[in-house]
Amino acid sequence: MIENDSKLSIEKSASGRRALVFNARNKNGIKIPQHLLRDTEPLLPELSELEVIRHYTLLSHKNFSLDANFYPLGSCTMKYNPRINEIVSSLKNFEDLHPLSDDACAQGTLELLYHLEKALCEICAMDATTLTPAAGAHGEFTGAAIVKAYFENKGEKQRVQIVIPDSAHGTNPATSSMLGFETVEIKSNEKGQIDIETLKKALSERTAMLMLTIPNTLGIFEADIEKIVSIAHNSGVVVYMDGANMNALIGILKPGDMGIDLMHLNMHKTFSTPHGGGGPGAGAICVKKYLEPFLPVPRVIKEKGMFRTKSDCPLSIGKIKSFFGNTAVLIKSYAYILSHSNDSLSEISKNAIINANYLLKKLGKLYPPHNREYCMHECVLSCPEELLKNQVRTLDVAKRLLDFGLHAPTVYFPLIVKEALMIEPTETESKETLDAFIQAMQKIYEEGKYHPETLKKAPINLATKRMDETFAARNPDLRWESKKTCSSKV
Amino acid sequence: MPNAEEVKYTKTHEWVHVEGEIAVIGVSEHAQSEMGDIVFVELPKLGQNLEKEKPCAVIESVKSAFDVYSPLSGEVTEVNENLNSDPALINSSPLENGWIFKVKISNPDELNELMNLEKYREFVKQNA
Repeated sequence: MIENDSKLSIEKSASGRRALVFNARNKNGIKIPQHLLRDTEPLLPELSELEVIRHYTLLSHKNFSLDANFYPLGSCTMKYNPRINEIVSSLKNFEDLHPLSDDACAQGTLELLYHLEKALCEICAMDATTLTPAAGAHGEFTGAAIVKAYFENKGEKQRVQIVIPDSAHGTNPATSSMLGFETVEIKSNEKGQIDIETLKKALSERTAMLMLTIPNTLGIFEADIEKIVSIAHNSGVVVYMDGANMNALIGILKPGDMGIDLMHLNMHKTFSTPHGGGGPGAGAICVKKYLEPFLPVPRVIKEKGMFRTKSDCPLSIGKIKSFFGNTAVLIKSYAYILSHSNDSLSEISKNAIINANYLLKKLGKLYPPHNREYCMHECVLSCPEELLKNQVRTLDVAKRLLDFGLHAPTVYFPLIVKEALMIEPTETESKETLDAFIQAMQKIYEEGKYHPETLKKAPINLATKRMDETFAARNPDLRWESKKTCSSKV
Repeated sequence: MPNAEEVKYTKTHEWVHVEGEIAVIGVSEHAQSEMGDIVFVELPKLGQNLEKEKPCAVIESVKSAFDVYSPLSGEVTEVNENLNSDPALINSSPLENGWIFKVKISNPDELNELMNLEKYREFVKQNA
């Protein structure tokens, strides 16, 4: 069956088969020195054009993707990526720009980056932005490096700790370690929010930064945020916001107004650029005025009506990425922002919150929710006791969803919730799609109760059945090796 | 082989078994079952000086990666090399073949802060 054909293109190869044959002519008789020639023919797939097309089309059919499937992967904001973003970013003047061009020849792109920085400052009520970080975690790294440089410059080198709630993104403690900070974890209270007394105890003259994910990984807003920020500021601590969940806040609330000192934005999540296949993303950092001197270079500035890059910034943490980061992603994000009016920008988050709460109310009856009352842009549920009793776990529920043509939610995260299912529907899904998801989840609940064996075997209807993930992780086989030997001299 | 009653426990789910001036350290039965199938263990280094309650090893399971905190201060005298090739030993035999490292106890008073099995069970129940 062709659908099940899992051969690699090189395994389908037939000697001498070609799509196009070029007649290479060495007009000028250039001779490449013998020692620069390879000893063996390169091992490349030899296929007809039709075979290549079929190969990749079949592969794309096997893939779960946002363009084909509902994709409620919690914390990832898998919203629709409007095609106009693609059209704009592939305009020739953007696409053909050489990264080493003079500023004078790169005016359009620099102007766009300049205005995107301004737009993000306005959306977040911050004073300055850098667009260079390659993704969210890289943004965090940049942010923590800025704070480190700030305290070193201030002569407060004893500030070596970062305080992080247990409801934060997993990358936060990793960022802290990468920069040589000590991580101090604080436990959330029963509401899933920061406990003020615990926070007070954790902060000291050794604390550099409080790192908050807002809304947190439980999909809950920190109701005491103003109190939290003022306690931190009174101890001389900088407050960082992980803005990966900004899809819950745009146009409703500006982090800078809450007293946040610096934050990152996942452009590929909130501002709708394709992600999920390993990138590229973009992770802007927005800061308050007093942290601006530490931003990475190059900066984009406007001078005498022209836009230019500036790298002469003595307190800057330096370069963190080649050129301007992932510019194509940034162009798409800017197109997304401009294609919304002020009003429609805040509709994004309102609808994301409504969709998540609709799922919470409907599914919360069967799958126990972490917080029954409300959530922001995502909700966290657990595998029901009735199913756990039948040896059915969250993983089995997730695998079965694939059989219904639905991408699974994030599972087993956040770690503080047992058997967690983290569901983020985003604002771009219709009620009909959400209802289809609810129906599938209800059916899976029934199956788990009366026919648990179906769930243990799932997925049943897909070309690839249940994988042994433990075996794969323990015995990673990551390299394809040719059975053919290529010994022929070129 | 130590049994579950003999060893002492930490709030971060490690166990400690004292053999003279050496302490053998691993993670509890409860911890291994919560982590799920373990796929990789990053061991402390031989001769490394550990500080009590500081992370010193990493356990990676199909669910996530978890820090192991040293229950005691002291120098690492031995690590369980078998975990490099067979990390699942922690799942199948957390108290025996799945031990992780040994330290030379530098401050025996620290042992008094650890819990016995009864107290540990109570602690797990309260934090469930």
